[in-house]
Amino acid sequence: MNIYWKETKYEFLKMLRNPRFGLSALSMPLLFYILYAVVMYKSSHLGSTRMSSYMLATFGSFGVMGACLFGIGLNLANERGLGWLEVKRASPLPPAIYFLAKLTMGVLFGVAEVAALFALGIGLAHVRLAPLDTLRMFGILVAGSIPFGALGLALGYLAKPDSAPVLVNLIYLPLSFFSGLWMPVEFLPKALQHTAVYLPPYHLSRLALGVLGVDQDHVYWNHWQALVCFTAIFLGLAMVGYRRDNARQNGLA
Amino acid sequence: MQPEFQPEFARLNRVIKNYGSRRALQEVDLCVNRGEILALLGPNGAGKTTAVKLLLGLLDPDGGEVRVFGQDPREARGRQRTGAMLQVARVPETLRVREHIDLFSSYYPHPLSIPETMEAAGVRELANRKFGELSGGEKQRALFALALCGNPDLLFLDEPTVGMDVEARRGMWKQIRGLAARGKSVLLTTHYLEEAEALADRIVVLHRGSVIENGTAREIKSRVTGQVVRCRTKLRIEDLLRFDYVTDVRREGDSVKIQTSSIDDVLRQLILTDPEAAGFELQKGGLEDAFLALTAK
Repeated sequence: MNIYWKETKYEFLKMLRNPRFGLSALSMPLLFYILYAVVMYKSSHLGSTRMSSYMLATFGSFGVMGACLFGIGLNLANERGLGWLEVKRASPLPPAIYFLAKLTMGVLFGVAEVAALFALGIGLAHVRLAPLDTLRMFGILVAGSIPFGALGLALGYLAKPDSAPVLVNLIYLPLSFFSGLWMPVEFLPKALQHTAVYLPPYHLSRLALGVLGVDQDHVYWNHWQALVCFTAIFLGLAMVGYRRDNARQNGLA
Repeated sequence: MQPEFQPEFARLNRVIKNYGSRRALQEVDLCVNRGEILALLGPNGAGKTTAVKLLLGLLDPDGGEVRVFGQDPREARGRQRTGAMLQVARVPETLRVREHIDLFSSYYPHPLSIPETMEAAGVRELANRKFGELSGGEKQRALFALALCGNPDLLFLDEPTVGMDVEARRGMWKQIRGLAARGKSVLLTTHYLEEAEALADRIVVLHRGSVIENGTAREIKSRVTGQVVRCRTKLRIEDLLRFDYVTDVRREGDSVKIQTSSIDDVLRQLILTDPEAAGFELQKGGLEDAFLALTAK
């Protein structure tokens, strides 16, 4: 237990002090939210939902995904490329703890990110949610760290260390856009609305929007199911990557 | 005077390792005994790092058996008694040396205290520096601190002094000797012959994946006919070959070249049998010569 906390603590500190992580992954969703929800559409509504509340759900999903893809995925790909992962593997640290600590770190940054968004929304953009709804939305968004943490692990193992930053951005930004995280999915062209259902961030944002009463046309359970499936797929991919990495070191791939 | 009898800490038993079609290790036998410093010496690509990674359980052998404290090193339990210093391109740069030591110490059941570790590795003045701010040599010392912070019985040091200047290298040697003085076993790889000779109780020379020599620096030197006596003598080559410790004799102009493992013994015998022998020239082989002779095969 002591090992787990220390590993998590230093994993967190390491990322917190990393200026690139802080500037890009953590501040981008906050800046977008300020621009759209606080500056541009503070008084707008989509149906009966206040735009700034709506965007809390979408940019919250965006933020959690960013924390996981950059904090876990890019970080793991880097450490793998530098030989640092090997130093960890040669130590008595149980491998499960190495991964759990990375996931926990992703969750913690997700929590911080979502908390900051809520503070902005409530403080500056007239977001008014019942305490219970606030908690529910908060919980749903943070639970999103699990599928995206799994995606982070998969990317960390599958991405080539040199090209990992590009790859992570190429997944992060389009996935967010086509899932309707930047612009409500209702505003996207019809064709894109249909493809959105195949993207994991769409389901997370829909779950969070469900708290606001948006999304009456879907059965609640389907989004959870979709996220569980995506988690399983990403973990499977991470396993494939882990095996491939092992095989490569043994000269078999 | 005899603690638990377990002279053998780690061993490779006829180990074969291939990388695809390339054979990296060819039936290698190797063992690290309790309390000794063993140097694995060889040029780049000889298979030194592969051997270390097999002993750390990072690679799977394609044949033979790897044992560390009697266990397969791929099972993590035995690792609480080992520490490792590997070659890393870069380390997570935003943590401080003290923080890294604190973290790695927590992996072990009975670690050294942080000040003890910093003392033993000579990194006290680096404690609050971030890894990203360290020079190459300082980074090596910090990695060395991580290898020894758990107070392990057996340390694997892969090229511990690479990238260090002469002074830093001597400092590292002192620290490695300090480990041995505290009863630790050390397996270190190096392609610096001087380093192997200065540190190791025993040297194993690897060349193209095979062990070609195994012994103390002195034994290896003598076996590799590093020592030569030249002189003018009326004795015949056949007589000289009958001397003790002589491995080869050749005529070179008006003198002979006698290859031997013991210059002293050859000189005594020579002067006793041919008091008029003259023009002595002695050549003592450093391990450097021995090594060149070994790997030039």
